[in-house]
Amino acid sequence: MTAKLYGEPVIELPVDLYIPPDALEVVLEAFEGPLDLLLYLIRKENLDILDIPMAPLTRQYLEYVEIMRSKNLELAAEYLVMAAMLMEIKSRLLLPRPPSAEPTEEDPRAELVRRLLEYEQMKKAANALDELPQVGRDVIAISVWIERTIAERLPQVNAQDLAEAWRGLLHRARLSRHHHISREELSVREHMSGILRALRERRVLEFSELFDPERGVPVLVVTFLALLELARELLVEITQSECFAPIYIKLGYAQPI
Amino acid sequence: MRSPSDVKRVLEAALLASPEPLGLPELKRLFGGEVATDTLRNLLGELAQEWKGRAVELVNVASGWRFQTTAEFGPYIERLAPEKSPRYSRAVMETLAIIAYRQPVTRGDIEDIRGVTVSTQIIQSLEARAWIDVVGHRETPGRPALYATTRKFLDDLGLRSLEELPPLEEIAKTLQLEPVQTAEAGTRPANAEPEAATGTGG
Repeated sequence: MTAKLYGEPVIELPVDLYIPPDALEVVLEAFEGPLDLLLYLIRKENLDILDIPMAPLTRQYLEYVEIMRSKNLELAAEYLVMAAMLMEIKSRLLLPRPPSAEPTEEDPRAELVRRLLEYEQMKKAANALDELPQVGRDVIAISVWIERTIAERLPQVNAQDLAEAWRGLLHRARLSRHHHISREELSVREHMSGILRALRERRVLEFSELFDPERGVPVLVVTFLALLELARELLVEITQSECFAPIYIKLGYAQPI
Repeated sequence: MRSPSDVKRVLEAALLASPEPLGLPELKRLFGGEVATDTLRNLLGELAQEWKGRAVELVNVASGWRFQTTAEFGPYIERLAPEKSPRYSRAVMETLAIIAYRQPVTRGDIEDIRGVTVSTQIIQSLEARAWIDVVGHRETPGRPALYATTRKFLDDLGLRSLEELPPLEEIAKTLQLEPVQTAEAGTRPANAEPEAATGTGG
């Protein structure tokens, strides 16, 4: 079943028919559909599900649906199909039956009863399933800390290695010196300081807040280089929760405030 | 070290170290296949018995054996978590129940039983949990996907097979006081006629 009735979209209700939310709406929203509502009415009135008195049930059902109709169109569509079905059963029950046809004719309520019982069975099954202890909710799968995890060896670094790495850097920096203009280098450092200063006040900045397009492309580029440099030096952390989400810049953990 | 108690300790260590259930073939590999499957099964039973009464139990689920905290202590452990573990809505649980008990089913079958549209969100949340998956398509117009529950569903609910699901309340006998042919129709939703509900309504 869909939000359509007999393949046609349900009649548009005038907007002014909407009633402000009230307690009843909460009750109505708790129903999982027309079958759920019918079961509720049957159980509430203590009716025999195998011998449903169609007239009072249909009347009660329609009262509920009328309220729903004014509140939630999509909900109402499925409820309206059921309303039509109830009224059809009711009218068929009213028809005089030729005595000869009696034994073969099916009770018009049989299909409804079958569906109600099947739904109720599944509803109860759902509750029973929910009662089962669930991993992650009621029980935790155990996994102890095993030695393999602890024994994972990290590379050893000593001061000598660091010094050599630094010398290497300096050496390469000298080799590539002619690629840079010193003023630009300075400018990058300057922007690095500027970013850090801004972060000292604000703690967290959004990526775009760092850039001022009005200052021209060279400044944008230098700011960006400054940011990359800060990140490389672990002075800032750049985070993004997912693709295209805002990028946030904050001070690296090692930075004294 | 091949005495039964040694084997048992190895099993214990392996199972405690594994966050996922370990099946008999995997456990057998621990001993290079030198310990018979029956022996393993017996020792696992003994091991489970040894852990009885503790806060942690050894359970046998669909994928194998797993240590887990007992449900009794769930409420305490939950207090460690920053947020309360969410419960699934009735709509999700009813959909799951129908898939579990009536599988394989199409979305249309589920809608027939529940009497309401099954939102894509519900199906997606169950798929994301890896509790259900598509096992095929029904050869009817539109080739609707057929859903079934997964082994992970059984594992996560502590079941070995679908037979261990809570039994359904019997409805067949109550239906028989109506003309007999309805009892047959009652065993399954009207799959062949997806329009049945709207049809009778008109």
